[in-house]
Amino acid sequence: MKKLLLALATTAAVIGFSAAASAADKAKICFVYVGSKTDGGWTQAHDIGRQELEKALADKIETQFLENVPEGPDAERAIERLARSGCGLIFTTSFGFMDATVKIAAKFPDVKFEHATGYKSGPNLATYNSRFYEGRYIQGQIAAKMSQKGVAGYIASFPIPEVVMGINSFLIGARSVNPEFKLKVVWANTWFDPGKEADAAKALIDQGVDILTQHTDTTAPMQVAAERGIKAFGQASDMIKAGPETQLTAIVDTWGAYYIKRTQAFIDGKWETTSSWDGLKDGILTMAPYTNMPDDVKAMAEETQKKIESGELKPFTGPLKKQDGSEWLAAGASSDDGTLLGMNFYVEGVDDKLPQ
Amino acid sequence: MGIVEAILLTVITAATPLVLAAIGELVTERSGVLNLGVEGMMVMGAACAFIATQATGSPYVGILAGIAAAALFSLLFGFLTLTLVANQVATGLALTILGLGISSMIAEPYLGQSGIKLPQIVFPVLSDIPFLGPVLFKQDLIFYLSIALVAGVNWFLFKSRAGLKLRSVGDSHSSAHALGINVIRTRYLAVMFGGACAGLAGAQLSLVYTPQWVENMSAGRGWIALALVVFASWRPWRIVAGGYLFGAVSISQLYAQAYGVGIPSQFLSALPYLATIVVLILISHNRRMTLINTPAALGKPFVPDR
Repeated sequence: MKKLLLALATTAAVIGFSAAASAADKAKICFVYVGSKTDGGWTQAHDIGRQELEKALADKIETQFLENVPEGPDAERAIERLARSGCGLIFTTSFGFMDATVKIAAKFPDVKFEHATGYKSGPNLATYNSRFYEGRYIQGQIAAKMSQKGVAGYIASFPIPEVVMGINSFLIGARSVNPEFKLKVVWANTWFDPGKEADAAKALIDQGVDILTQHTDTTAPMQVAAERGIKAFGQASDMIKAGPETQLTAIVDTWGAYYIKRTQAFIDGKWETTSSWDGLKDGILTMAPYTNMPDDVKAMAEETQKKIESGELKPFTGPLKKQDGSEWLAAGASSDDGTLLGMNFYVEGVDDKLPQ
Repeated sequence: MGIVEAILLTVITAATPLVLAAIGELVTERSGVLNLGVEGMMVMGAACAFIATQATGSPYVGILAGIAAAALFSLLFGFLTLTLVANQVATGLALTILGLGISSMIAEPYLGQSGIKLPQIVFPVLSDIPFLGPVLFKQDLIFYLSIALVAGVNWFLFKSRAGLKLRSVGDSHSSAHALGINVIRTRYLAVMFGGACAGLAGAQLSLVYTPQWVENMSAGRGWIALALVVFASWRPWRIVAGGYLFGAVSISQLYAQAYGVGIPSQFLSALPYLATIVVLILISHNRRMTLINTPAALGKPFVPDR
């Protein structure tokens, strides 16, 4: 199915290119999306970034994108087609595009590539990612203040470091407010299945959690939380529409600033391979408005956000123990990025066994 | 409300769309047509039910719109495979792709909107029965319809004359044709019934299960429904058994995770499929019974000789 969509998308893209060929010699900036640009989550956030880029540098560049590109061999073909058609800078926006991007980047040394959330780079291949966990730390603190029962539910997708990092950060944040705070985790084993995410939300709420957070892509858990009258956090996009009286805040991916910065460097001939991992201070992620909470909780959240932005507070700072009780970080020590990017253990207090 | 009751309520919501889509496909397949487009018809039903509900404010209008849209959509499949005698497998797959595409296109303005949930219909005295009352008699219209449909299909296929004709078309279209049964018309009706049921299942997704629209929201449930038909060896009540077994296992594993049992979640996620395979092996143990129930002309095109 995806192959046909790809074929359609590429046909459309080819037509687009031939039309664009006449449009002077603007630099062409291209994007490869894993999902649809209106998915309401991950890919939509990237596409909003692309639109901001187009608006900001309208007279110097034009953009192209391919959506619904499956990870695997098809991705390679899609990226290669873009590289051949005259794209100067190509952003591939899914972890699963990593190897395909590496391969095509080696084949086209004159084209610049940027891969999101991966860890392989090259002379013409940069990587970029966002410190989503900073937002989750703030959410954890809010949860600890807002929960009456002292236990939150976490709907997780797949046991990869990115997700484990988020769970740990949430709990560390919560325990900085209430050292007894507990966290129940349910693995949905999917990024996207509204029904299953709703089922997971019900399973958690039926077993006594009164705050819900998610690392899956749809607004279904938010809706269940609204129906059951508890509070919840949104993911990837502002989900306030799904729970006007439910959402406390949400982590919102805002890639636009990064895309503009990198494209500007490209136009100026100053583009270099970088491995960027920006956070709240760089505006690559923002917090949706703090709503449905008392003023003192809101003040605390804003205060924490400021401290993270200024670098005064790093979520992964000791004293911290691993789940099995062994020492991880001594008091005052902060984790290095390498450990975070390969995180495969829980911190103390997570009420779940990490799938290995 | 006890935890068992809570689990049962979640299971019913999860199993109803599977049962609905599968009972429709069962009738289609009993007439000898294999329609692999269930997923596409379901998602069309979900999109149109949601759009109509948002436009009129009435989820009941939404249900009708979902049913009508998917039934019309299935007509396309009927025209291609029955009138033009195209390959059923390829056409069914194309229907799924097309349904996913069209639904995302027409429902795009509705992304992220909060929907209207189908209200519960409470049976006055019955719903007061401890335990069973809230589970069985405090549900929405689509749940009651799903059970009624299974009972109706069971009666139709095995107790009515029209059902006998439909089964004969599915077993040997040439013989049925020789007897003067209109094979193509029967199959058209069966395909449309399958479409209507898939549309109702889709309406359940966007009006009950998760009252909202997101692209591709059926998330593979159409395929599970197709598997359920084989699982049920084309017997209506076994669809209910299979659907609820699948629902029960997949929901209990989520509750088990939240409870904190130390079993790897990947294994728990695979459980519904494992359970299905085990039951399938047990059922297919009796080969003769399986063969008797399998429509012999399933997937075979029919061209009337003139």
